[in-house]
This record gives sequence, structure tokens and C-alpha cells, in this order.
Amino acid sequence: MAGGPARQYNNRLIRWVEYRMPIFSAVEATIGRDMPTPKNLNYWWSLGSVLFLALIIQIATGIFLAMHYIPNGAMAFDSVEQIMRNVNYGWLLRYVHANAASLFFAAVYLHILRGMYYGSYKAPRELLWIIGVVIFIVMMATAFMGYVLPWGQMSFWAATVITNLFSAIPWVGGGITTWLWGGFAVDSPTLQRFYSLHYLLPFVIFGISLLHVWALHVHGPSNPVGISTRSKQDTIPYHPYYTSKYMSVIGLSFIALAFLVFYEPNFLSHPDNFKPANPLQTPANIVPEWYFLPFYAILRSIPDKLGGVVMFGASIAILFLLPWLDTSRVRSARFRPTYRYFFWIFVLDVIILGWVGAQHPEGASLLIGRLATAYYFAHFVIILPFVGWFERPRPLPESISKPVLKSGAAVAEAAE
Amino acid sequence: MATTAPHTGEEGTRRDFIFVAAISASAVGAGLAVWPFVNSMNPSRDVLAEATAEVDLTPIEEGQRITVLWRKKPVFIDHRAPAKIEEAEGVALGDLKDPQADADRVQRKEWLVLIGICTHLGCIPQGQRVGERLGDFGGWFCPCHGSHYDTSGRIRKGPAPKNLDVPPYSFISDTTIQLG
Repeated sequence: MAGGPARQYNNRLIRWVEYRMPIFSAVEATIGRDMPTPKNLNYWWSLGSVLFLALIIQIATGIFLAMHYIPNGAMAFDSVEQIMRNVNYGWLLRYVHANAASLFFAAVYLHILRGMYYGSYKAPRELLWIIGVVIFIVMMATAFMGYVLPWGQMSFWAATVITNLFSAIPWVGGGITTWLWGGFAVDSPTLQRFYSLHYLLPFVIFGISLLHVWALHVHGPSNPVGISTRSKQDTIPYHPYYTSKYMSVIGLSFIALAFLVFYEPNFLSHPDNFKPANPLQTPANIVPEWYFLPFYAILRSIPDKLGGVVMFGASIAILFLLPWLDTSRVRSARFRPTYRYFFWIFVLDVIILGWVGAQHPEGASLLIGRLATAYYFAHFVIILPFVGWFERPRPLPESISKPVLKSGAAVAEAAE
Repeated sequence: MATTAPHTGEEGTRRDFIFVAAISASAVGAGLAVWPFVNSMNPSRDVLAEATAEVDLTPIEEGQRITVLWRKKPVFIDHRAPAKIEEAEGVALGDLKDPQADADRVQRKEWLVLIGICTHLGCIPQGQRVGERLGDFGGWFCPCHGSHYDTSGRIRKGPAPKNLDVPPYSFISDTTIQLG
């Protein structure tokens, strides 16, 4: 985290604490006046802040929901209804918790796409990216287990389908699923362990996020032109410039969340989850939450059980290799005329996969799903390496200041 | 008084040995300590105790299918009509993804007993209730990911890798079976 001369504080209490544990200057150097930040960051760089806030919302509402929720197969569904009908503001806590999960995923997907467009994962930020992918995976596990807790039909069958993914592992798969369930089918023991882990994992995410921020601050954030900061002319302090800029995006996110919570609280949920879990009746069309649909489509596109599970895992794990699959040394897509088109085709492909994930796996949608799955992997293992090879990037600006200031180059030279 | 010999050369010293032994013992100890935590997640004794169930077959008419619960899993019992038995026996083993003769899947031809869980990802296939889809092969159809099972519960089309499992059961009288 950035150095510089220690700040002098006027307040005596702050000085007393600071002398024993320099926490104020640490915060200042992370998200404050002492954090030099590229001066050209656009609104897409605000999503990290939105994500941090989403995590705080989930932890806060979750802790209070946990005071009323009963993790038991016989009582879970009723206890959720109890929260909705009888607990003071229980409906608010639950609807915020359920819809903020969607906000969380919307923000994380945009955050990941930001990284892909601007090449934020390239050296020296590969580890920062990898830590981010780990957070994404833990986030998915947390969301999945949270979705099981209301113990409605969709909860129960989501738990059944996802835990059965492990049964595809040769030889030991059956033993592993029995172990995961604590029985011979999804049942109360499964629900109870999911509840325990659902409470634990957000704090794990919080911890890994600190590593993410630590790695971020070693070389600072990337930026839209993708060249490194060279002089003081290229940076401005994080506070107040970016705190105020990001506040506007946080405000918009809150408006979107409030709209869902107060006007369409069940828009993103599924009517089958209003029925209590029934182990004898699978709903006619089981679909996951919207944020898992592209991956679910990949799982279903492969006509082989083990193969489907492997590709499902690979579709996420391949993100770990992204810094090495992309062979171009130019970070930002602004200067990559060919990659730029493939980026948007990739976005379209993921949206198509999302649509396929919500359809019955038959006929045209099955075929489209297979093509889109093939393209998803081709993007990473064929297109990215080859485009980096053949593409002729546009000339990069000399410094970050130059495209921002008219006389930027002159100023930068003068500073050096 | 013993003095510590200075560490010379490549060969291991007594201190290296103690070091390796201590680390190994700690690793084994840590491994043993993890086991109770891991095993606590396996089925508890009350779950294991629900191991058997008896089913009276008398009320099931020919052509009727019923579902019973055994170890919290649905078990399909199908009182097959002769046409269905013929259909199941007439399939060439070469056409099957998981080849198994119908005779190896039943104890008495007219009674087909299956675990009603799709071998793909664990959904309950349709076909037990009147009016539900039976799939392209007259048996069962899993709506989750589109697996079709035939009149012997064998996988014929779709992503499921195996036939529907046959649970361990025995006829304890002409009209009663015991599951488990």
C-alpha cells in the first residue's frame, strides 16, 4: 500500500491510536487521500465498491434473518413464512436479502466483463484476477446454499441436482454424495449443513476480498487505456475524486434494488418455490436462478453425465487461465480492433447461453446450446491466443495524461 | 556434555531426522483429527436405521404404477401388462447404452421394482401418475434434462449414464415384498 509521509492528525484521540496502530493512515492509503489512482478511471471501475456494499448488505440482512429462520426440514418453509408474515419488517429483510443477491451477481458479472474488456488480468495483475475468480466461486457456492434454505420445491430440487453433480465422479461419486447429504437423499441433515456453511462463507468472502484489495494496491488499479501510470500527472487521490464518482453508481444500484424490493420482489424468483419441498415430485421445469443459467446451459448441452459436469466446472475454471490464454500484450480493447469485436460476440454468446438455460433441453434450444457452448470454449482456447498473435494493435498513447489533457504530453514531460 | 556437531556435508544429521519425524507425526495427527469432522457428515445412525420397508402388492392392479418411500428415496413399483413385458424383453442388448437384459432386472416378470431417481442428476422421472409423459419408449421420462427410460427402466435416450437402479428386495410372500 502506497507510502508517502505519514499524515499529521489534529485530533488527539486519533493521534493516540495512530501511534499504536496506524489504522487511519492505512485506510487513507487504501481508499483515501493517500491512494494515488489513475485519473482516467470510468464508471466501470466503480463496481468493486458496489460489490463490497452488496456483501455488507447480505451479511447485515442475513444475520437478522438467521435470528428467525429454523434450519430443519420440517420447519424451514414455515419459518420463512413466519418471517414474511409475523416478524416485524421480516418481509423487508428477506426481500432485500433475496434481491441483493441478484444485484451482487449483476455487479460481479459486469466487474468480470470490465476486466475482460480492459485486460485488467494482464501482468502484473494475474494473481489479483485469480483471487477474484476464487471469490466468484465461493460466491456461487454461498448463493446456491442460500437458495436451498427456504426449502420450497425449487430449493429442494436445486439441492438435489447440484449435489448429484458429484455422483458423476468415477468410483467414489456415490459415497461423496451420501456424505454431502448426510443420508441417502437430500433431507434435513443436508439443509442443516447448508445453513451452517451459508452463514460461514460470506465471512470467507470478506477475508479473500481483503487479499483482493491487497493485491490491487500493489500495482494500483488498471485503467481504460491500459498503460501504467508513469508520473504524478497520471494520478489523482482516490478520495474525494473516486469516492464521489462511485457514490453515484452506488446510488443507482440502490434505486434498482429498491425498485425490485418494493415493486417486484418476486420478479426474479420462481413460483414453484412457494410450494413446500416434496421429495416425491420433481417440478416439470426446474431452472436455477438467472445468474446460473449460462453455466446450467453448458451442463445440459453435453450429452454425457461426466462430460457435462467436467465442462460445467471447466467453464468457470478456464477463467483462472485467462491471463495466459490471452497472448496480446496490449491490455485495453480500445487499442485492439479485432479483439474488441470478439469481446462483444462473447458477451452475446453468454447471453444466448443464459436464454438456453431457461428452456426445455430439447429441439432447437438444445442445438443452439451446443453451438453456444462450443463457442464459449473456443473464445478462450482458440480465439484469444490467435487474435493476440495476428492482431495489429493501434498505437498506444505515451501517457495516461495525454488523451485526457490537451497539453498532457507537455505537462508529463515537464514533470519528469 | 554433548555438543551439537556443526552441520557439514550433504548427509542428514540427527537434528534433520528429528525434524522430519516431528513434522510427519504432526501431519499424521492432523489427518487423524480431521476424520471425526469428516465422518460426522456421513449418515447418522437414525438415518441408517430406516433401512427396510414392506410393501403389500395386492391393491396394485395390472398396468398400475405406485410410488413408495424407502430410505427417503422414491421406489417405483410397476405391475406390468404383458405387452410391456414383451416390449422390454424384445429389445436387442446392442441397442442399449447400459446393456442389461430385462430378466436380470426383475424377480417376477410382472413386477418391476425401481429406485425412482434419474441416474443423471437425481430428479424424479415422470410416468407414475396417469397422464404424465412416459417418454419415447413407454417407460419414464425425466423432465429435468430429457432422459427417456423404457418399460424395463433402462436408459434409451438423453444424458443419464445408467439404467434406473433396482433396489435390493425380496418376496416375503406372494403378495408382499420387503425393500432393503
